[in-house]
Amino acid sequence: MVEHRKFGNLLPHLVLWTGILIVAFPVYIAFVASTQDNATIANGQMSLLPGGHFLETYYKTLFVGTSGTTREPVGTMLFNSFVMAMMIAVGKIAISLISAYAIVYFRFPFRMTIFWLIFITLMLPVEVRIYPTYKIVADLHLLDSYAGLTLPLIASATATLLFRQFFMTVPDELLEASRIDGAGPFRFFWDTLLPLSRTNMAALFVILFILGWNQYLWPLLITTRDDMQTIQIGIRKMIVTSDALTEWPVVMATAILAMLPPVAVVVLMQKLFVRGLVETEK
Amino acid sequence: MRGSSPRMTAVRAGRSRIMQKQSVFHSKFLPYMLVLPQLAVVLVFFYWPAVQAVIQSFLLQDAFGLSTTFVWFDNYRELMSDPDYFSAILRTFLFSVAIALSSLSLALLLAVMADRPLRGSTFYRTLLIWPYAVAPPVVGVLWVFMLNPSLGVIAHGLRAIGIDWNPLLDGNQAATLIILAAAWKQISYNFLFFLAGLQAIPSSVIEAAAIDGARPMRRFWTIIFPLLSPTIFFLIVVNIVYAFFETFGIIDTMTRGGPAKATETLVYKVYSDGLLGGNLGSSAAQSVILMGIVIALTAFQFRFVERKVNY
Repeated sequence: MVEHRKFGNLLPHLVLWTGILIVAFPVYIAFVASTQDNATIANGQMSLLPGGHFLETYYKTLFVGTSGTTREPVGTMLFNSFVMAMMIAVGKIAISLISAYAIVYFRFPFRMTIFWLIFITLMLPVEVRIYPTYKIVADLHLLDSYAGLTLPLIASATATLLFRQFFMTVPDELLEASRIDGAGPFRFFWDTLLPLSRTNMAALFVILFILGWNQYLWPLLITTRDDMQTIQIGIRKMIVTSDALTEWPVVMATAILAMLPPVAVVVLMQKLFVRGLVETEK
Repeated sequence: MRGSSPRMTAVRAGRSRIMQKQSVFHSKFLPYMLVLPQLAVVLVFFYWPAVQAVIQSFLLQDAFGLSTTFVWFDNYRELMSDPDYFSAILRTFLFSVAIALSSLSLALLLAVMADRPLRGSTFYRTLLIWPYAVAPPVVGVLWVFMLNPSLGVIAHGLRAIGIDWNPLLDGNQAATLIILAAAWKQISYNFLFFLAGLQAIPSSVIEAAAIDGARPMRRFWTIIFPLLSPTIFFLIVVNIVYAFFETFGIIDTMTRGGPAKATETLVYKVYSDGLLGGNLGSSAAQSVILMGIVIALTAFQFRFVERKVNY
């Protein structure tokens, strides 16, 4: 720092810790609530320290489900969320990789038209075309299926543009060199371009997995069967308008379980996460 | 988030004249096969519904869904004269401003504090960025529990200091609840981008100002803040888009638009009008207006954020 401070770095440490407390407080309360019994919480007598019902609540949440509202155990919901997030992340990366490859490494009629057709999809999130998309998915008999859950969310250009941008920075000499070695378009893609794109793919995967896992409005509309629910939908259905019927420990355990996978991804793969976030946004 | 994210990249891509490599492969059918999967998905699940939305917004369906008539701009005219719709627009903008302001200012403060050679700075960063990964409906559930009038921890505290807290009845309190929860989630995102922006400012500039005798506060407002302006404007647009779309999950788990529509935003209204009211024409017209707003925001970002706010 530029000048010497009387109290060292006391102020920044203090401010940052306050920030961390603000950010962590709701989650701490949720965790504490998930370890106490329902009656205590319903009475408004909740303690601010963890209780002794941890195993009981989490077992019930994962394998049994709530008693009244949704009978579906959260284990199934976690599975559905995982499948959805994986399909969105892998699907988007796969189709964008090859279309970006075609746009950058081939010259063909309507190339720019196709590029713009894909590019324009950046502008409109699924929320603004929700009912017409719902109708199409229904007409295709894709309601309550993983395909219906994921395909409309794969329909965007984020990843295509990123890969296009990256491919443009790959030196032309690489293509010429592999040509001299007798490599065709498949060999070049597989042996040269894919290995080079690994970090980009990983960064993008981290972001897309989190976004996929956290989808809400679309799954809410197209899943009607309880066994197709994702965890985000399940948790909403557990909250009943009358407080007495809501099993808060189970709801809070579900909240913790719902945030655990994406938060773990952010914390454990922080470098890739930051890279992916900055690259997809800027 | 949605597919609307990397707009900046897209525009740079669109603007650049050199769109292709010098040396390429030659093949008649292969490139079409390669773009086919993406093109198919985009046409079926993007263009087709978008066109449908526009067409539907000009149609009126009878009560039984048996016949539809072409009504020109009647759906739009009806919306414009609907006081409910007008207040939803106003409310959405108010929410956006409140969420963006509170979340951005707190995040900027934290980022400025973290942008120093502190012991444990990576540790701090980790502990501040993880809420990005928490889904909006989960955020809603966390906050609705803490502020539940009969059993919430914070609600008890508010009672104790004499505030009559009941967001189930009081619209303003419900709106505050939504804004708090939405801003909480967005802190981490803003923090990350502010920190990146701050770290990009060369320390020599700040040292030069210090040598000239500028105190920290003055240095912040006259040097750091102006140099951060591109990041700030970028984040304002992103936060507005966030407040428009991502808050849906928060609202749906916390208040479901109530009480008495006090927390009904534009996206929530599209959802509830189409689902509960079954008024597809009006819902489609609302979708088209939303598309217009998103496109306007994007255009605004391109014109002003990208070009004018430079140093």
